[in-house]
Amino acid sequence: MQFLNGITLLLVYQLVGEVTVRLVGLPIPGPVLGMVMLFITLMIRGHTPASVDQASSALLSHLSLLFVPAGVGMMAHFGRIADEWLPITLALLLSTVITMVATALIMQLTSRWLVKDAPIEEGSDE
Amino acid sequence: MSEPGLKDIWVYLSTSPLLGLTITLVAYGLAYRLYLRTNSNPLANPVVTSVAMLIVLLLATGTPYSDYFEGGQFVHFLLGPATVALAVPLYQQFSRLRQLWLPVTISLVCGVVIAAGSSIGLARLLGGSMEIQMSLAPKSATAPVAMGISEKIGGLPSLTAVLVVLTGITGAVLGTKLFEWVRVRDDTAKGIAMGVAAHGIGTARAFQVSSQMGAFSGLAMALSAFATALFVPWLVDLLAQWLPA
Repeated sequence: MQFLNGITLLLVYQLVGEVTVRLVGLPIPGPVLGMVMLFITLMIRGHTPASVDQASSALLSHLSLLFVPAGVGMMAHFGRIADEWLPITLALLLSTVITMVATALIMQLTSRWLVKDAPIEEGSDE
Repeated sequence: MSEPGLKDIWVYLSTSPLLGLTITLVAYGLAYRLYLRTNSNPLANPVVTSVAMLIVLLLATGTPYSDYFEGGQFVHFLLGPATVALAVPLYQQFSRLRQLWLPVTISLVCGVVIAAGSSIGLARLLGGSMEIQMSLAPKSATAPVAMGISEKIGGLPSLTAVLVVLTGITGAVLGTKLFEWVRVRDDTAKGIAMGVAAHGIGTARAFQVSSQMGAFSGLAMALSAFATALFVPWLVDLLAQWLPA
């Protein structure tokens, strides 16, 4: 019953999110607004109810399974991927590398500059 | 009419969602076992192997994607509630976030804009079509969010889903080497970068390095989902005004 309550609550937030996004004409997807609203609710309540905790860890622990049907959709795009393989491959690879390096450097520099009191722990090297 | 029984069964199965749903779960189960066997090697990512298995199976049996998706949609649908569920880890890490909110916000906004801007820019430079550029733009966000944005800005959501998975794998495989190369040793910074650039697949990799890196990666994934939804449509409008294709 706990799990069912949790799932129901997640669906209610998603539903409210979807409806609000359409009513107000927001540029963000409905589930993202649902996430923000749930986050605000949790902040106000001050704890995560066991039902929501159970349902969310069940969904998030196998998040990658949920990508599979969409990934299979690749077969519908084989033609396009073959036609434009060079921009797709290079843009994806380079952009991911650039993003990762830039974000890590920005985070390292800004936390040194802006957070004087917080000890920035040196992570262990692998 | 040598085997009317078998033929009837196939006709039933190919029109019912049962088969599509079952093969999705079976393929993922096998792929996940393979992933554990390889000691969670990022190259044996369960999404890659299960998608490959399913595509081979569908092509071999001549089943169109739309028939498969009749069943697959039940799994696909759960991406929506899973996005809402991201509020829970976000809330649980709120105290760390409060301490580092300013650097996290700056890095996150920069990271999200760099991710979308560089993929649109590079794809345009290399002669990619508008549809490809828009499908690539949200590729660093987690799949449900990326697909929603892709649809809004004129990309192909199903292609975006594939690109999201490929981006996650790229980040998970290259991440730790890149951080070593640019001498970022702080696990907080590494985690934020992993979550921003490579969403859930990167987060799974980050947890193998340290729990601190994993927690911040999960946090960055949830926040960048929101930042991507906010900034990418705006960035696309801006680019369309200043850099008409």
